[in-house]
Amino acid sequence: MHIAEGFLPPAHAIAWGVASAPFVVHGVRSLTREVREHPESTLLLGASGAFTFVLSALKLPSVTGSCSHPTGTGLGAILFRPPIMAVLGTITLLFQALLLAHGGLTTLGANVFSMAIVGPWAGYGVYRLLRRWDVPLMVTVFFGAFVADLSTYCVTSVQLALAFPDPGSGFLGALGKFGSIFAVTQIPLAVSEGLLTVIVMRLLVQSSRGELTRLGVLLTKSATAAAKSGAVAR
Amino acid sequence: MSRNARINALLLLAVAALAVLPLVLGLGDHKEEPFAGADAEAETAITEIEPDYEPWFSPLYEPPSGEVESALFALQAALGAGVLAYYFGLRRGRRQGEERALTASGDATAPGNTPEGD
Repeated sequence: MHIAEGFLPPAHAIAWGVASAPFVVHGVRSLTREVREHPESTLLLGASGAFTFVLSALKLPSVTGSCSHPTGTGLGAILFRPPIMAVLGTITLLFQALLLAHGGLTTLGANVFSMAIVGPWAGYGVYRLLRRWDVPLMVTVFFGAFVADLSTYCVTSVQLALAFPDPGSGFLGALGKFGSIFAVTQIPLAVSEGLLTVIVMRLLVQSSRGELTRLGVLLTKSATAAAKSGAVAR
Repeated sequence: MSRNARINALLLLAVAALAVLPLVLGLGDHKEEPFAGADAEAETAITEIEPDYEPWFSPLYEPPSGEVESALFALQAALGAGVLAYYFGLRRGRRQGEERALTASGDATAPGNTPEGD
């Protein structure tokens, strides 16, 4: 999903930067508030960022015969909500742009928009929706992470198709081309990311029950009862 | 192995299978350059669509060789894995310490009092 340095025309690069900036600024505010009000969550925040670091460094072979990597943004979005993930994702993308020549500074805005904004929000949205339908926690976590991963690559395909419409078949033709490179390759990787996120969440349920309850991922008995009775009253 | 550990091991096995199967089945054989990065393929697609396109900015720092690049990728993964391992190790140690403290205080005050986990 990394659009390489200089590979978006200046107007597009600037537009995506402008679109991403408010999300990141808002995210920094949420992050500082979270750390100030709940200093004990700093460790878990670090772990969520670390998960993104590991997963976005894992280049895995896929069914299309090319390699790509997961994003690791679903976990942090589910735990701390998407605004905070916007910051953690941006840090990861900056590291890769500056040290690995992977992605770039001119394309940072576009890459942040796909991986640190749309991915986390889409994954979080699916997670919340499934939770409302009483789907078991680990199933919601799987689909949250799966959607966060796959939607990121769909956005990258759209971004490239907007910048480089096919001379013959236009935007849609280009979208098909970039989509077949990114989105199709990503499907099995998104499954992998879903499974890895479930493993980490299972470990968290065992080790950090109190923290997960405070973050609303695990419901206390009274909260479950309240939700049930609320549902009945409605 | 506990039931929990067995489920986690199975999940990991599934992830490994998803990564290894494309290699074993030779799904990259039809390509000139099997299992290249999707990011690089997108760059190629861009130059196919717009052959005149010239990247207007180049990375400030570029790893001088594939070896250095893979070292930096390994560093990124190692940093992340280290922090994750620290987190879970610390949690585990804390929980064990709490349980031990509970058992100790339970023994001292009320012998019949069974300690509750967290």
